[in-house]
Amino acid sequence: MIDFVLNGETVSVDVEPDTPLLWVIRDTLGKTGTKFGCGVAACGACTVHVDGVATRTCVLPVEAVAGSSVTTIEGIAAGETRHRVQQAWIDEQVPQCGYCQSGMIMAVTALLAENPSPTDADIDDAVTNICRCGTYGRIRSAIHRAARA
Amino acid sequence: MARNRKNAEGKPKSRARRRFLIGSTVAAGGLFVGWQLLGGSAPGDPATLLEPGADEAALNAWVKIARDGTVTIAVPRSEMGQGIHTALPMILAEELDADFDRVEIIDAKVDRIYVNDVMLPEGFPFGPHDESFIARQARATGRWLSGVIAVQATGGSTSVRAGWQPMREAGAMAREMLKQAAATRLGTPVASLKTERGEVVDPASGKRIGYGELAAEAAAVKLDAVPPLRDPSQFRIIGQPKQRLDIPAKVDGTATFGIDVRLPDMLFAAVKHPPVVGASVKRFDPAQVQRMPGVVKTVAVPGGIAVIADSTWRAKQALAALDIEYEPGETPDFSTDGLFASYEAALSEDGFGYQDDGEAVEILEAAGSNVLEMTYRTPFLAHAPMEPMNCTARIVDDRLEVWAPTQAPSVSRWIAAGQADMDEDKVTVNVTYLGGGFGRRGEPDFIRQAVACAMAVRGRGVQVVWSREEDIRQDTYRPATLAHFRVTTDSEGYPTAWANKLVGPSTSGQATMRYIPFGSDSGPDRTTVDGAAWLPYAIPNMRVEHILSRVPVRVGFWRSVGHSQNAFYSEAVIDELAHAAGKDPYAYRMHLLADSPRYARVLETVARMADWDAGAPAGRARGIALHESFGSIVAQVAEVSLDGSEPRVHRVWCAVDAGIVINPDTIVAQMQGGIVFGLTAALYGEITFADGEPQQSNFPDYEMIRLSTMPTIETEIIASTEAPGGAGEPGTPPIAPAVTNALFALTGQRVRDLPLSRHDWTTTGS
Repeated sequence: MIDFVLNGETVSVDVEPDTPLLWVIRDTLGKTGTKFGCGVAACGACTVHVDGVATRTCVLPVEAVAGSSVTTIEGIAAGETRHRVQQAWIDEQVPQCGYCQSGMIMAVTALLAENPSPTDADIDDAVTNICRCGTYGRIRSAIHRAARA
Repeated sequence: MARNRKNAEGKPKSRARRRFLIGSTVAAGGLFVGWQLLGGSAPGDPATLLEPGADEAALNAWVKIARDGTVTIAVPRSEMGQGIHTALPMILAEELDADFDRVEIIDAKVDRIYVNDVMLPEGFPFGPHDESFIARQARATGRWLSGVIAVQATGGSTSVRAGWQPMREAGAMAREMLKQAAATRLGTPVASLKTERGEVVDPASGKRIGYGELAAEAAAVKLDAVPPLRDPSQFRIIGQPKQRLDIPAKVDGTATFGIDVRLPDMLFAAVKHPPVVGASVKRFDPAQVQRMPGVVKTVAVPGGIAVIADSTWRAKQALAALDIEYEPGETPDFSTDGLFASYEAALSEDGFGYQDDGEAVEILEAAGSNVLEMTYRTPFLAHAPMEPMNCTARIVDDRLEVWAPTQAPSVSRWIAAGQADMDEDKVTVNVTYLGGGFGRRGEPDFIRQAVACAMAVRGRGVQVVWSREEDIRQDTYRPATLAHFRVTTDSEGYPTAWANKLVGPSTSGQATMRYIPFGSDSGPDRTTVDGAAWLPYAIPNMRVEHILSRVPVRVGFWRSVGHSQNAFYSEAVIDELAHAAGKDPYAYRMHLLADSPRYARVLETVARMADWDAGAPAGRARGIALHESFGSIVAQVAEVSLDGSEPRVHRVWCAVDAGIVINPDTIVAQMQGGIVFGLTAALYGEITFADGEPQQSNFPDYEMIRLSTMPTIETEIIASTEAPGGAGEPGTPPIAPAVTNALFALTGQRVRDLPLSRHDWTTTGS
């Protein structure tokens, strides 16, 4: 059994220790907000926070997070109140298909926690996730809006 | 066809309007017949389709109203990011005079009443503005056929164009029923009643009754005609920027995409296809992986092998461990280089002539050496939506249920039924959100595989999920094509004769052959010349022909289809001619648009936005392009530089005339998205083949634009009273030529094949 904290609750999973965290979250623990995009940590759709750090989980063995605190898209709002990044995403009408946006929002919330007022260059360096619908312009606007909020 | 509808508001009054009503008996009349004249579970029965709860009443196949006033609208088109789950409800809510803040949406079921009667006729070989008798007859036949085969599909930027009339009529009829119910209750003539944002109002007495209170009585009202529709000047929802109804669920992880479907005790399957084009599975031994953790079954499925296990990861692991022996196909040596050589050779043939105005061939022959010859080419491209192909299916007793992120629910149901050897009425298709579609999700290959897996483990749900590698290597690619131009000009440098020979496969034909018995790819296919023929420029002698050259790989519909490559060819050639004439590319185009004011206005707008005459800052250059597709006209200016040896696009200005606009913010978003899609392809996109195998398989070798390479995009919507045009695709075609034209202005290097990453930029430019 491997124990870690998921969105504030301790969970125990009985899986092969090399199972990527992504599939444990999605298939074993049933939290489907975190997405599978590429399987090689190239697109960022599977981004969650591991002890506060934005982490791509499709290549991260679950054993690596034993004892850690994992936060997914389902865990960033404060009850009914959306995280300011989520609200900025709505205010800027960012998502199109929406599939990449969980990973985007997780990458951005981690960035803002570390760097509350990122420049455009900071954003370019920190948020390298892929959006096939081309919402990048609105993502940038929403990051600046959330930073001001 | 779009032209026929520009005065479509109000009662039938024009010849065009009458034709529309006659031609679209399934859409308009079907709405009527479906729920008024037929009973029981006939097509369009609202109770069956909308399953109203105890406190709800269904007024027709599109709308039900709850006692508390909540209006629920069924949307029969797939939401793949294009905002259709907001735009179509806006149209209905407008005519219903609903309170849009109280509108909710559900995915419509699969039913003949939700037919898309625009998509199919657009494949016919007539120009979009061809109003000849035969072209009109063909379109009418296409609409009729759409109803017969019940095309319920999302693609070709048709959703608003096809949904505009039925959604308006459905809203107007529901509103009239509510008014009649109120009139009965109040003992007042219906003509004296008005509606206001979800209420029927009696101005004489000042009484107001909410739609929710009237819905049950309204559902029993019988109408004998479609009431008059609103004059566009009265619109208060259409044309206003509305927040998208699907977005809240897309920021908190609750939106259910196909891959997120969860069923009790469900299984997961991983699929592997033969890596070489045309090969098939010869031998595999399920026993080899049967003892691996979680493995339930290993089965042959259409196109490949699936391992079914209790988690996606375990299925993937077992599949990776499975030895599969393949039977080579007929094209083990297939290569991109060989393909283009065969395309070049095919140029000696005569093709199918889609446009033959004047005496282009004769004039070019007589022009001798005064002919400019140019050969352009574009590569295969993968769709690579962020959500890899997937589908979930379950067979319980004699019923099959499918959950699919699909653009084509009616085809999916038909294919699923065929795969399971069941009657279609035993098959339910539930459409989920699509994590990108771009044309790929109109294909039912992944649906067949899920059904095959469900048949192997009856009683349990199975979700098939492709790896990204399978998704890219087993795509139905945008075809590679070649265009050979011969153009001659007058003494001013304007074209007098233009001949374009295109070579490539028939996407529509190949797609048809995959799924329909007796399908053929040798008939005409307008998508091959979309964007190459019927240009808005005044070119007196023009011939555009297509030479069918079959390819062994699967090709399919990729955002903007033929326009995606033909706009590049056409607009780059116009640019070449402008430069050869020593003229400004914008002024050159405007001269050729003297008799096309609607197009000229779009081009003028983008030139003004970009301050074209002022030119680019030092070290940068600009290119311009104009293109019409899917009923909308888009012009773009791109500003580029070279960043070392890399082309860099800094800014894009975009002007669009999409006719009457439903949700302006969605138009802007779709222009942005369309530009990024086209720019990604122009910069990096190519699937190449060597020894029968695609050489790209995942994002590290199929690169995408990211935040760091994203240009600034400014979009302006041109106010228009023309019929609504498409939005999802028209932003894509102009960007490639705008960028290559800009690179020519910067470096003098003319790009005639994409992507730009193939080209050496180290010795050029500033």
